[in-house]
Amino acid sequence: MSTTTLPETRPLGMLQFVLKELKPKAPFLTPFNVISIPIILVGLVILAVRFTQGLGSVTNLNQEFPWGFWIGFDVVTGVALAGGAYVITFVVYVLKVERYHPIVRVTVLNGFLAYLFYAGGLFLDLGKPWHIINPMIGNSFGYNSVLFLVAWHFALYMTAELIEFSPAIAEWLGARRMRRFLQSITVGTVIAGFTISTLHQAGLGALYLMAKGKIHPLWYTEFMPVLFFVSSIFAGISMIIVEGTLSHRVLKDHMDAEHGEFDKLIFGLAKGAALTMFAYYFFKALIFIHEHHWNLMGDRWGNLYLLEILGLTLVPCFMFAYGIRHRSLGVVRWAAGLAILGVVLNRLNISLIAFNWFSPNHYVPSWQEVWVTAMIISCEIWVFRWVVMRMPVLRKATGFD
Amino acid sequence: MDRRCFLKTSGAIGATLACGSASAAETPASKEFVGVLVDTTRCIGCRACEVACGQANGMLVPDVEKDAALEKERTTSEKQWMVVNRYKTEKGDVFVKKQCMHCWQPACTAACLTNAMFKTQEGPVIWNADKCMGCRYCMVSCPYNIPKFEYNEWNPDIQKCTMCYGRIKEGKRPACVEACPADALMFGQKRDLMEIARVRIYNHPRQYVRHIYGEQEVGGTGWLYLASVPFEQLGFPMHLGTTPYPEYTKEFLYSVPILDFGLPTLLIGLKLLVDQAGRNKHEDEDGEVSR
Repeated sequence: MSTTTLPETRPLGMLQFVLKELKPKAPFLTPFNVISIPIILVGLVILAVRFTQGLGSVTNLNQEFPWGFWIGFDVVTGVALAGGAYVITFVVYVLKVERYHPIVRVTVLNGFLAYLFYAGGLFLDLGKPWHIINPMIGNSFGYNSVLFLVAWHFALYMTAELIEFSPAIAEWLGARRMRRFLQSITVGTVIAGFTISTLHQAGLGALYLMAKGKIHPLWYTEFMPVLFFVSSIFAGISMIIVEGTLSHRVLKDHMDAEHGEFDKLIFGLAKGAALTMFAYYFFKALIFIHEHHWNLMGDRWGNLYLLEILGLTLVPCFMFAYGIRHRSLGVVRWAAGLAILGVVLNRLNISLIAFNWFSPNHYVPSWQEVWVTAMIISCEIWVFRWVVMRMPVLRKATGFD
Repeated sequence: MDRRCFLKTSGAIGATLACGSASAAETPASKEFVGVLVDTTRCIGCRACEVACGQANGMLVPDVEKDAALEKERTTSEKQWMVVNRYKTEKGDVFVKKQCMHCWQPACTAACLTNAMFKTQEGPVIWNADKCMGCRYCMVSCPYNIPKFEYNEWNPDIQKCTMCYGRIKEGKRPACVEACPADALMFGQKRDLMEIARVRIYNHPRQYVRHIYGEQEVGGTGWLYLASVPFEQLGFPMHLGTTPYPEYTKEFLYSVPILDFGLPTLLIGLKLLVDQAGRNKHEDEDGEVSR
């Protein structure tokens, strides 16, 4: 790439420009920095211990609970919540609903970073992470493993999201020809990305199919893959509503007029969430009836199930509907928050809480596991902030159509 | 070549082929999975097998005299591939050896995304340190919770019984079988072991329950058990069913290529329809002008 493609506004060479951009652009002592820097520093110490003394030194994982908080929350839950990107790119590029175009880039960026950091969390959890190369370069393909498919679809989808976001990087660098090329492959990438997303969202549910007999019967069903996929749709949409609301408070200064009007998109998003949530609830109810699950009601597992299905699925579903009908942004935002909680609880139930539910020594994450998760989220927000303050994500690039 | 000659020639070829396969059939042993029959009515709880296992595989060698390990129920660990437990039943103390069952269609090998865990041609399910990435999906999947992980190592291994695969390759029996002084363990091919197990049940109907654990469980296992009391009293999981565990993911795995190729086709079609609808709308609006 030659510097001749740079617009006149940037007379510096590409390298100098990038170096200049690396420097902080905002005041250093913000509340977020004050909280997140100690979290990251202590997290690094925890990771140093983890990689020298073994996973047992910082986690509460044991022979009965091989997958803990890093898998159950960071990976399984994080990926569901990052589902917004494939939904919104599908709506904008395939269904051509241009209204949502202004939130495509920020959603794809959020999705990409979520995958990058939460898949990074997976890396921390592997006993021999240096062997991750084995299933990737092809010297050892376990085709018959669900995890093999999930890993590959993860990797491919991260690439797809990077390509979907890349025009923003090209605009930032002023690389016009590159941008034109990257934009021309967007629609194809979106179609591939949607397909891959369907499969790895469902694949996360399929991972637990062989844990039959370990997961409480209220949660174990052969339809877990379908349920994981459908719930990732409204989880992703709810995250867009919550993240959009938050970022429009915090990052207002970095937005132009077109990107500032997020509120008018909320009701449309809420409609999508409400419909998919109802479909999900209906499917859950069918399984409940078909499998005679009322026999399992009454104990604390039954109550936990009802909390998840009624309190954190059906209630927010109706709240969405109520909010849309009465044009109440507040109700819709609360509904989105509850819906997210419901998906978090569902994923944690399957991966941790109702996993080996009969065990007398049940797994509870150690403080280090939770701390490292907080560190991963902090790092993600750092990178997100760095990107949106420099690249045209929440505003249109000057000099590009 | 006339027809008769052709028939003769092909007959001769057929005969040669038949001879070839007959000579191969002389060693069916190599083609069929091996296993071990455990007769818990014969086990005296001496734990010689535990000691032999530790010695043969470089694992923990228990101090059988002093450790009083039978007092409570144990599981295998990352230091011990097998343990013997004592169960108090109406027929007195029953000792049960616990180790990898070496399933016919193992969940752990279906779970492994690097083929580090694999079923050998001979039958034992073994693990390869050079391929494993330590994801522990085998542990999540195994219905018997057998693979164990070294949580306190920077370079952790999965530890589980190999049925002494190295010894089997040398033509020897597994160390535990070799060490058993009470003839409670028998090594061989499953069909032979099943026959022996059935004969024992028929000959001594009052000594045994009419159930050979491992004949059907999770689609059949390499290790088979005989007992004098129902197996639920001996710590065996009874809820696992007879379906091989890999079957549970089969439908999903089949749907992957179908969706990977089918969905994009659908989406491209959908996009073309939407584009067309957009163009039609445009034409309708501009209809008067363009005409």
